Formats: sequence, structure tokens, C-alpha cells
Amino acid sequence: MRTCICSPCGILGYGFPEESFRRAMAEKPDAIVVDAGSTDAGPHKLGAGVAIVSRMAAKKDLRLLMQGARELEIPLVIGSAGGSGARTHTEWTLSIIRELCAELDWHPKTAVIWADISNDVILDALAHGALEKMSENVPDLTPETLALTNGVVAQMGMEPVLDALDVAQIIICGRAYDPAPFAAVGVKRGHDAGLAYHLGKILECGALCCEPGTTKDCMLGILEDDGFVVYPAAPSRRCTSVSVAAHTFYEKDHPYLLHGPGLLLDLSACTFTELGGGRVRVTGSRLIPQPYTLKLEGARPVAYRTFVLAGIRDPLLISRLEEVEREVVRGVHAYYADVPPESYQIHFYHYGIDAVMGTCEPFHDLPHEVGLMFEVIAPDQELANAICATVRSSYLHFGYEGRKSTAGNLAFPFAPSDVLFGPVYAFSVYHLLKVENGRDLFPIELAEV
Amino acid sequence: MRLYELAKVLRSKNSGPYEITLDILFDDPEKYRRVVDSGRVTRESVAQLYHLSPERILEFVRYDAALGIKITYLRDVPSGTVGDRDVYGAQQHAPLMDIDIP
Repeated sequence: MRTCICSPCGILGYGFPEESFRRAMAEKPDAIVVDAGSTDAGPHKLGAGVAIVSRMAAKKDLRLLMQGARELEIPLVIGSAGGSGARTHTEWTLSIIRELCAELDWHPKTAVIWADISNDVILDALAHGALEKMSENVPDLTPETLALTNGVVAQMGMEPVLDALDVAQIIICGRAYDPAPFAAVGVKRGHDAGLAYHLGKILECGALCCEPGTTKDCMLGILEDDGFVVYPAAPSRRCTSVSVAAHTFYEKDHPYLLHGPGLLLDLSACTFTELGGGRVRVTGSRLIPQPYTLKLEGARPVAYRTFVLAGIRDPLLISRLEEVEREVVRGVHAYYADVPPESYQIHFYHYGIDAVMGTCEPFHDLPHEVGLMFEVIAPDQELANAICATVRSSYLHFGYEGRKSTAGNLAFPFAPSDVLFGPVYAFSVYHLLKVENGRDLFPIELAEV
Repeated sequence: MRLYELAKVLRSKNSGPYEITLDILFDDPEKYRRVVDSGRVTRESVAQLYHLSPERILEFVRYDAALGIKITYLRDVPSGTVGDRDVYGAQQHAPLMDIDIP
């Protein structure tokens, strides 16, 4: 048994060279599978219902993928549609596919697997202790915070994708465990689930496991009876035993134990062998079935932000930033005596000193120039704007001890200086849900295209 | 030698929105062993360098097959929300680079 899967890129809409895709299609893959999702960019995409990539980029990639799937008469599976995989993101992806079907005059059987979880299911699980926080820092979930949450999704495993492969050529998955759509293609054709999931874990990032690595190029994976082979489509890249082994580290808390829906992937006994020609063969990936749990994600707006960027070049000011800022805040509190100070937050970030690492920063040498960013976080935009304007004008003109530059303390790159950010989101749901199986909460719907 | 001169990859990244994971990867078993045997890269030394309380380091694992060390720690602020400084967690690795390896 041999199954070849093409992964065109790490995120649908990141793009890939057409020449690479042509080379990949010349290998006659049995399926094209592309991951579209990520929570890397924080809770905003899910909370605000927006995509990670532009519609133009998603359509550009999908056109090539659909042409490839049509020509070879193979499935095209999209994981975590629209980035976050909620209904709005999935419908966005479906609307692009419909547009392309009309333009290409091609109307393949198309299935959507929804990954939205209703509040009723979550409230029931909450009441029965079937929800577990993914981290000690996840806020407590209550019916009130759930009501403020915009659309909860669950990461599907391979099971609903296996069912959809029976009925459709194009499969649009809502939120999915990144490797699951790849694993489903392999398992459907009779391959070992451990090998199929491990291959999926590698392929979901496109050509990132190569040298040089990138998410913006095509990869191929061939599942065999007792292992799999990975290689890039572009001749300018190659896989090495170290580059593929090292990829298992990527974005995971543990290098060789990976938790997924209903499974633990144990890669401790894997071997990685270079076959020449930029190909690496992997064996020994082991799937250990676990009680089935689904990872839930939900985000809600928590506050509004207004921020200012400014440069500071005066060494006298750079040497006493914290003291000046303490006084600025004191002045703002005094001016807005009628606004409870605990209802808003003022944060200062000093690029050049410790803005990137905060309390984790081991070095504190003062530079000759500081990039200052300050933000005001408030329950509504109007208050954030008002407080921020006062912070800005106070900082600009603050007369600190020993000041020589009596005309102004800040170099603003822009006019106006204050930037209205809009809502700030946070994950309000980041929990494991105990379920009977991996299918019931993921309805499959055939879509007219 | 300093760690960045021996490592092939030195990086940080989110592992989910609540954790940051540091990867130190090598392309040469000798360099990997030299760093491991030096005792300079340990749970304790990283905690001290990053001013982390030891319980915030969730994982400190070596993976010999991949010639790599992984350190995963709990973020003080989750990715992308109020107070976060590095949404992808992609620039938290730099202090590791200067660790002196005899």
C-alpha cells in the first residue's frame, strides 16, 4: 500500500510557487491536503470572525489547488477553514470555492464539516464536570463569560474527515487538529494511524521541515506499510534526517509526545533515514489511543485600546523613564478624579530596553534611543481615547527634574499620534471536552457549488 | 564558545496561547553532547536567566534522535491579549544565545 499526499503550503493563502505545485502534481498524489488554521495570531481572529489571510490570496491558492484536484481526480481537503474554523470562517471559504466553481465551470461534490459547538453542549459539560482547562492560566468559564464569547469551536480529529471522504471530492473542515485531515486520507486508504498522524504533523507546515525551510512551498509525503517518506517539491530544498526530526519540536510543548483528539502520538522510537535526493524516511511513529477529548477554543472582547508610538532620543529622559511615567500616571489619575482608576490601565513599553521580554529580560543597558509605545486599556473606546490623549499630552510636556529640552519629550512619527485600536480579545474558552466519540459534534453537510 | 556558535537552530514560539517553548537544535551529535554534558543548559540555569520561578518551567526535555533540547514555560500573559508583548512568542530566545559553553 502506498499513498502520496501533497501539502502545497503551511497556511492556505500563504502562497506557493506555481512551478513547485506543477512538480508536486507530476508525482501523481492521491490527495491534496492543506491546513488553513492557526491560533498563533492570538484570540482576535476567532473572536472578531476574520480570516488570517486576504480573500484575494486564499482564492489565488484555491484556484491552483482546485485545478490540480480536478485534473488528477483526487480529493482536496482544507483543514481549519478561514484560519479559526468557526462558521463564519468556514462560510467565507465556501463562498470562495463557489466563486471558483463558477469560474472554472466545475461542480464537484463538496462537503462541509462544521466544528462549532453550541453553548448548550458547553453549559451541559460545565455542569457535569466534562470540561477541563488546558492551562492553569485559562480563566474560569462561567455562563456569563460564555454568553460574551463569539462562537466556540472544537478541533476535530480524523473521524469526521474519514466520513466526508466517502461522499465528497472537496472537503472544507471547520476547526481541525492540524494533522487530522492528512491522517484521514492515509487511514482511509488503510494506513497505520500513528504514521498517518505523524506525516500530517510534518506536512501541515508545508516545506518548513526542509533546508531551507518555509511554509510557502509544496511538500510531498508517501505513506508506506511500515513508514513514510517526505520530500520537497522544489529542487532547491531538501529534507535531512535532522531537519525532519527537529520539526517534531515545532510549536509543541514536548518534543516527542503529542496530544491530539483521542490520541497520544509517541515519537520517541522514531528513526529518520536519509534516502538521498532530499528524501527522508521515517519509521516508528506510534499512536496510543486515549479517552476521547476535544480541544475547545472560544474568544471574547475584554477591553478597548488606544495607543501611541513615539521615539525618545534625549539621554536625560532615557535615564529616568520610570520616574517620569509614574508622575504622568499620577497626573492622569488626578485629572480624571471622577473615573475610578481601576477601570482603566496604562502600560508603557520601552523598545530598546525591555519591551520584547518584560520581566524575563536579563539585560538592562540603556540605549541612546528608545522606542516608546504606550497603550490605554479601557471598557470602551471613548474612555480609552480620552485617557490616552491625556497621557500623551502629559508625557510630551512633563517637566522632569533636570530637564533641558523644555519644548517637548517625544518624537511622534505620525500625526495624529493616537491610534484607535478597537476591541482587544482574550480566549475565554480553552478547554478539553470529554466526549463519547470524535464524530457526533461535527455534522457533515453537502454543499451546492 | 557561546551557545549560538554551537546550535543550528535557537528559537522560541508559542505552544498554544499560554506557553512559550524554546528549542535548541544541533546538526552535529558532538556539539549536542558538548552542550548537554556542559551542564550549562539546565532547568535551573534557564529559570535563572529568564527570571522564572522553577514551577513556571513546564517541560525540560532532551530528544537525542533529533539532537535537540526543548524548554517550555508558562507565559505570564496569554498570547494576543492585554499586556502581551510577543503574540507569536517568536523573540524570546535571544538570552540563550550568550550562554557560555566550555
